Parts: sequence; C-alpha cells; structure tokens
Amino acid sequence: MPSNAPLGTPTKVTQGSPTKGGIGESTLRPDGTLKVTGEFAYSSDMWHEDMLWGQILRSTVAHAEIVSIDTVEALKTPGVYAVMTYDDLPTDVKNYGLEIRDTPVLAHGKVRHHGEPVAIVAADHPETARRAAAKIKVEYRELPVITDESSATAPDAILIHEGRDDHHIGHVPHPNIVHRQPIVRGDVASARERADFIVKGEYTFGMQDQAFLGPESGLAVPAEDGGVDLYIATQWLHSDLKQIAPVLGLPEDKVRMTLSGVGGAFGGREDLSMQIHACLLALRTGKPVKIVYNRFESFFGHVHRHPAKLYYEHGATKDGKLTHLKARIVLDGGAYASASPAVVGNASSLGAGPYVVEDVDIEAIALYTNNPPCGAMRGFGAVQACFAYEAQMDKLADEVGMDRVAFRQLNAMEQGTLMPTGQVVDSPAPVAELLRRVQAMPMPPEQQWLTAGEAADVRQLPGGLSNTTHGEGVVRGVGYAVGIKNVGFSEGFDDYSTAKVRLEVVGGEPVAVVHTAMAEVGQGGVTVHAQIARTELGVTQVTIHPADTQVGSAGSTSASRQTYVTGGAVKNSCELVREKVLELGRRKFGTYHPAWATAELLLEGGKVVTDGGEVLAHLADVLEGETVEIEAEWRHRPTEAFDLHTGQGFGHVQYTFAAHRAVVEVDTELGLVKVIELACAQDVGKALNPLSVVGQIQGGTTQGLGVAVMEEIIVDPKTAKVRNPSFTDYLIPTILDTPTIPVDVLELADDHAPYGLRGIGEAPTLSSTPAVLAAIRNATGLELNRTPVRPEHLTGT
Amino acid sequence: MRVNFTVNGRPQDADDVWEGESLLYVLRERMGLPGSKNACEQGECGSCTVRLDGVPVCSCLVAAGQAEGRDVVTVEGLADFAKQRAEHGGCAAGACGTSLQDAQQWQARGTDSQTGEGTQLAPIQQAFIDAGAVQCGFCTPGLLVAADEMLERTPNPTDADIREALSGNLCRCTGYEKIMDAVRLAAARQGEAV
Repeated sequence: MPSNAPLGTPTKVTQGSPTKGGIGESTLRPDGTLKVTGEFAYSSDMWHEDMLWGQILRSTVAHAEIVSIDTVEALKTPGVYAVMTYDDLPTDVKNYGLEIRDTPVLAHGKVRHHGEPVAIVAADHPETARRAAAKIKVEYRELPVITDESSATAPDAILIHEGRDDHHIGHVPHPNIVHRQPIVRGDVASARERADFIVKGEYTFGMQDQAFLGPESGLAVPAEDGGVDLYIATQWLHSDLKQIAPVLGLPEDKVRMTLSGVGGAFGGREDLSMQIHACLLALRTGKPVKIVYNRFESFFGHVHRHPAKLYYEHGATKDGKLTHLKARIVLDGGAYASASPAVVGNASSLGAGPYVVEDVDIEAIALYTNNPPCGAMRGFGAVQACFAYEAQMDKLADEVGMDRVAFRQLNAMEQGTLMPTGQVVDSPAPVAELLRRVQAMPMPPEQQWLTAGEAADVRQLPGGLSNTTHGEGVVRGVGYAVGIKNVGFSEGFDDYSTAKVRLEVVGGEPVAVVHTAMAEVGQGGVTVHAQIARTELGVTQVTIHPADTQVGSAGSTSASRQTYVTGGAVKNSCELVREKVLELGRRKFGTYHPAWATAELLLEGGKVVTDGGEVLAHLADVLEGETVEIEAEWRHRPTEAFDLHTGQGFGHVQYTFAAHRAVVEVDTELGLVKVIELACAQDVGKALNPLSVVGQIQGGTTQGLGVAVMEEIIVDPKTAKVRNPSFTDYLIPTILDTPTIPVDVLELADDHAPYGLRGIGEAPTLSSTPAVLAAIRNATGLELNRTPVRPEHLTGT
Repeated sequence: MRVNFTVNGRPQDADDVWEGESLLYVLRERMGLPGSKNACEQGECGSCTVRLDGVPVCSCLVAAGQAEGRDVVTVEGLADFAKQRAEHGGCAAGACGTSLQDAQQWQARGTDSQTGEGTQLAPIQQAFIDAGAVQCGFCTPGLLVAADEMLERTPNPTDADIREALSGNLCRCTGYEKIMDAVRLAAARQGEAV
C-alpha cells in the first residue's frame, strides 16, 4: 500500500487453508476475521489527513420549477470550502443513468421528486456542512404532482421529461411511460372459451426499500495528475466509472476506483448516489472529500423496489389445467428511469410464473411519476409478479376444488416447457419437486407459547412483549408459494466478466492471486473465488486482490449473477493459467516421464499429478521463480432482445426456482401477525459453498417476509413526499419478527453453467411474500390483495 | 470541548469536540476506532452498540460529553475484554457482569495485522465466523457486543432469550438464523470450557 493511501484502503486478503477448501465445501469467509474485529474498512470508515466532509442539499418538494438558488450565506459560513450547484458543473455532460441518462447530477431548473439533489457543500466538519447546506435558499414554484397511472397518462398530463430521445420513446403509448413490453403467445380469446373457471384479481405491491445497513458513502481524493481516486461502496465499479468520468470531464483512466467495504446492497447500489458529488467537491477544493449519508438521507439517496398494480385473469378447466392468462402490470418508476426498462422486461417475461400456460397476453409498463425513483431490488420485477400469480393460483385451486399445492404441481413447468416468450426451459425446472419437499417438512408444533404449567411466553405470540394476548383470538394459517427468477443480465445484454489470475511461488509455496472488479457486498463472492482457484489450481493459499478498475469489468453484483459469471471468469482464467503451467512443466520435465505427454494432468495439493494420482512435479519446481498470469473475459451464452410487439425471444440466460411454506399465527382481534416458520426449498444447481448458499436463502426469505407484513415506503399521494424515511417509521424485520427458516437445498446441475451452478440470491425473495400472505389468508379468510398487510387490513378498522 | 474517557482499557482524550458530537462520532472520527458502525444514527439498528461502564448502549445516542471519565468497550477491544473476563472467572464463577474495577484493570493489546490472520478472537467472534453469521458484516460489531454481554448475563440462553436480547440489533443480510446458530455455538463452547 502506498504510504499516502487513505486510512481504510483495502489491502490484499490472503487466506491459507489446512484443508483442500475447494468448491462444494463450506469454507469460511476470508474477510471474516476483519469483520468480527471491527478492522474491516467500509466506505464510511475511510479517513484521510485534511479531508473535508460533503453534504447534499435536497429538494423539499416533489415537483417544482427552481426560481432561484442563493448560496451566499452558505459560502460565508466559517469552515465551508465550496458550495456547488448545477451552474458549477464542469462539462456539458450533466446527467447520468444506468441505461437512460435522465438523472441530473444537480437539479437544473426543475426538481422531479422529493429529495432530489440541488446543491452540494464541502466543509471541515459534517455538522458545519449540514448547517451551511441549510442556509442555501432555494425558491420553488410548485407544479402539480403525477403519482399514478391515471395522472401520468391523462391527456393534459405534464411531461416528467420533455423532449425524450431515448430508445424507448418510439414504442411507448405516452411520454410518461418509460418502457412497455407485451408478451403475447397463442390465442387467449379462444383459450378463454375452454375455461370452466375464470379468476380475476387486482393486486397492489407496496414500495420496498433495500435498507442495506451500510449507508451510501465514500472518499474522493484528488490526485496530482488532475484525476481523482475514489474509494466507494457500489455494486459495479465499471458502470459507475462510465457515468462519473464524463461528468467530471476526465478520461476513465484518471478516475481510479477502488471498492471499499460494502455494507449490503440488494440492488440499491446499482445507481450512483454520492460518487459524482464527492469527486466534484474534491476536484473543486483540491482536498479529499468524504460523504456519508445518514439513514434519513439514505432513504432519498437510492432507488427503491417498484410499487406495482397488477391486474390478472386466469382460467382453468374443471380438471385443473390452466387455460390462459391475461395480465397487466403497472410499475411506478418514479421520476427517473434507473433500471425500469429491465424491470419491465422481467415482470412481463416472468409474469406467468413457473407454470405451463400456452395462451398468454401480458403487458408490463413502467411509469414516470413524481414519486421516488425506483429501480433494482433483489428479485427485480419478478417479485411483484409472483405476489399476484401466486394469489391467483390459490383462488383458482379453490374454484376448481383442488388442494392448492396439488393444483400448482399439476400445472408446474418442467425442463422442456416453453416460456410465454417462446424460450425453451433447457435445464432442470423442479417446480413440483420443490413444492413436494417444502410440503414434506415437519410442521412446527402448535401453541409454542405454552410453557410448562406457567403463563404464556408472550415472546412467542403475535404482539410479543407488548403482551397483547396470551393466545386468545390467535389462529394459525399455512400458505405455499413458488416462483421463477432469471439469472444474469437478459435481453441481449453483453453480460461478461473479467478475471486476472496469477500463480506464483512465495516462500516455497505456490500461491494463486485472484484479481477481479467484482463488488463483494456481503454475498461471499470472495469466498467462492478462493474456492474455485483452489479447485482449479490445486493450491492451498489464495490471495484475493482488492476489487478496482485496474482490471476489466466484472459486471454487476446483481441478478444472482456473480458466482455464475465472475465465478465463471475466475474458473476460465484459472484453466488458462493451468494450461500455461503444464506447458512450462512439459518443457522443463517432459523428458523425465512419459505421462507429461500422454496423461490427463491435474494440479492437486501444490503438485502436477496425473488423473491416476501419480505426482509428476511440485508446482514450486515447475514455476521456479516465474509467475504465470492471465487476464481474460468470460461470457455466458448470448441472449436476445424480446420482440417489442410479441415479447418473443431467447431473453434469459438461466432460470432459478424456490418454493416456500409459511406458517403464521394471527391475533385476529388486533390484526397482529407472527410468522412462526418460513420453510424454503430451492434448486441451486451446485452449492459451491453450502453454508453461504443457506445464508443467502435465509436472508432473501427474510426480505420477502418484511414486505409481506411490515416494510413499505409511504408516499403521500397529494404531495408525492416520503413520509417515513427512518428506521423508526420504516420497519425491517428484527430477530423477534423473523421465524426459523429451515432450508432444503436441491442440486440439479444446469449443464450450461460453470460447475452446473444456478444463481441463488434472488429466488427466495420471490415466493416468501406470497407464502406469508397465503398463510394469513388461510388464518383469517380475508382476500388481502395488497402487500404489506397491516393490522387495519385484518381488522377492517 | 475536551473529553477524556477510557476506551478498551486505555485512557483517551479528544480536543475540539463539538457539544453535539456523539460518542459514536468521537470513537469513529477522532479516535480511529471505526469498528462501531453508523447504520442509522438514531438508536434503531444497534450497529453502534458499545459498553459504557459495562452497559450496552447505542453510542450514537450518547453525547460524547456524557462519556467523560467513563469506561467504553468497543468491538475492537472485545477479544481482550472476553479473555480477561475468562481469566477473572467471569460468569462461570457466578459473578455475572463486569465490575467497574475489573473493567478498568484491563487493556487491549495492539495488533498490526492487516488481514486479521492469527488474531485472537473472543468466543462470540469465532462463533460468528464459524456459523456463517457474517455476510456484509455491517451489523456484526454491534451484535457481537450485545451477544457477548447477553452470554455474560445468561450463559445458557433459550432461543427466546437470544431473540429478546438481540432484538435491538438489525441485520439485513442473514435472516438471523445463522446469528442464532452463532450465539448457540458460543454458549455451548462456553459451557464445555467450564
């Protein structure tokens, strides 16, 4: 580490292991020790001599013209080094965005949502910066707010973005619609004739927040060459870089990005937050600038999960076969596009769920409104759809008079099924089996709150320590759900990753160094990379280099893709290194043993061995002071865009499935819900690290539980202002709200994927929510067409 | 203003502290101890949990001045704190809690490790690693301080006890199952060691 590097700069993590520690083993995290001792440096922990603190001033209204901005008082504040507004932006590039560059770095003439950045301040103390920002006078002329489909598409609706020239404008029915994707297959009108039962439903999905615990933060350090070094928590360094550099007017190689510790992400770090602001202030003041959001600001500082209205109609024959599906999914994208187009693609293409239904007519749209911008969150469009189609399945099963699980199994897709997009599901799709497994798990005992001869343990009851019931009025319910999610970036995106792998001898021992730009956000990618290197190169010692932009892009840590794609890239680069090492060995030792030329050679335990296990040479002797290094890109099989009118196309790389059974107890008098157990069965293809796999499934399940019974960002429909931007008012599950989560992991290999693995992170977030809702419906007999469920929905008060 | 208090057994002071600064801010930004985390800064998430004269508190809600002359234990000192407690009998001897006198008699060792390898850990820290209770790790320091204190008071906790004791500490990654496993594991190991 150079001596002028700021405090908290990530260092290489070397992990030795006494065991083989390859894939399939539950090896422990290489960053575990640092994380339990408090030494692991998150982006908010960065510190630099002489650093300043940045603060963002955000709009107090959702939709308004900016009449004037007066920064005089703020600039006069002692300790303030800079105040910047739109007028201070250094180049013609003043917007950024993941796909559509519609998001202003600082508001220009207009604000489009509550909490939009208007000005930025740098000062020598965070409180000084906050107080100075508060002294900036912004005069707004308020405009009417657009908050839903009818106000967005009204004939006289104000356009959220005038003069759109993005590549979706040509096919959307209204300029306040970001993107529209129909999926049409078969003939719904005639299929509808065959239906003995038709079930219609209107469903509402609330706005969920990622609520990662590590706030948006980072440190920008101006460099002597006029560039900037940025230490940042993100999900995709290279995507950030492409958006940051043009705004700063710097070539990409002068914006050097290093991944700092990331305190969770869940989609909320796909878009930029404070990156450009910190760089602008650092370049303006010539001093390092640190920005750390507090929780209040974090709720305004990242996109949320799209709230949605979903209109579904299914039909079934009297023997329980689905006839058709008509669905319309309206996603609220808020003021800026973010990932809305891709969320639309997912919601529509996965809108039928994991079922065989040949005649479909699905439409998904995302709106521009003045609500908070929405974009990526774990499950990405598939979550909202799953909530609706699973509610429909229960209603249909009841109409037909079948068991709800049996009805699903009868209609479950399997390998070979055609998706509504016409794409063949060409790897295992064990939908019926996952349902069978989750149903077969033992049920939790009844009335667990009863203690031997004593009063009820209220901690086990709805209402908990509020002591609202000792079991009176408490009813148990059970519900099931299953979902389908895609893995990787879809619709023809060039979704590659890059890995640099070096093999060298240090102190007589071979060591593999793995360098990627993969954002480790907690998922355990660093653990898995070390395992892959051990398996492929037969070494014990693996060093994981910090992630930065000095190596090629790894793509995003999202879409359940990193183990597949960057894992695939690490595997591929290891294989290329292995070939070079074997070549080296053949040159040096080939004449000593015929097996060098004839046998299949492997690297095991630091040695070159034949597939029969005979040792040919030590790696240390083969390398003898040389290092072998490869940096290579790796791609999964290509996908293609969905047809804009029919939605047909080989759009997705891989599908992934999970099923849940929820057991709840509801205090029917007070409308309080306690989830007793949330069992999950998931096919993971191949569990590279079983401990981490189960951890992902349990974590994803819990986020689904959160949006079932508590989590919702409340936006005032009259003002489009956020009403609960804090952990006091936006509740995420605590350890008391979270039940036991037994997990059954199935491993059916996908032959297209490295090691047969399947992306796992998102699928459990899909079915968890509808399973809990189904269980509450089962307990209460209520229809419950919205999530999250609040007490008043259960008591009718 | 100037504040003086003991952190992990060492007297510390900070100058030019603004009256509104929290104990968390002073630890993180003035004393070079960023282990205590800043997830909400409003007392809801527990990520900043430290012990103040032995009592677990959200350090974001303690004004730095309130810590004057008192004794603070952070995650950075947890391993040594647990070691010295074990050497002094700790809860196993029936003397639950750490007396102020005991707390003031111990000192954290320095470490120059960059990767953490070879670091001696408290049993609860090792259990969190072994059980897979760490993902992003941002909640981990606060949970460790809270769980360690709970095990000091309640060496053989029921699941309901664990959930109640840790209900002030939010985790967004794990779904808490492996945190439960970790605390059970630490309790079991503590039991075996007696």
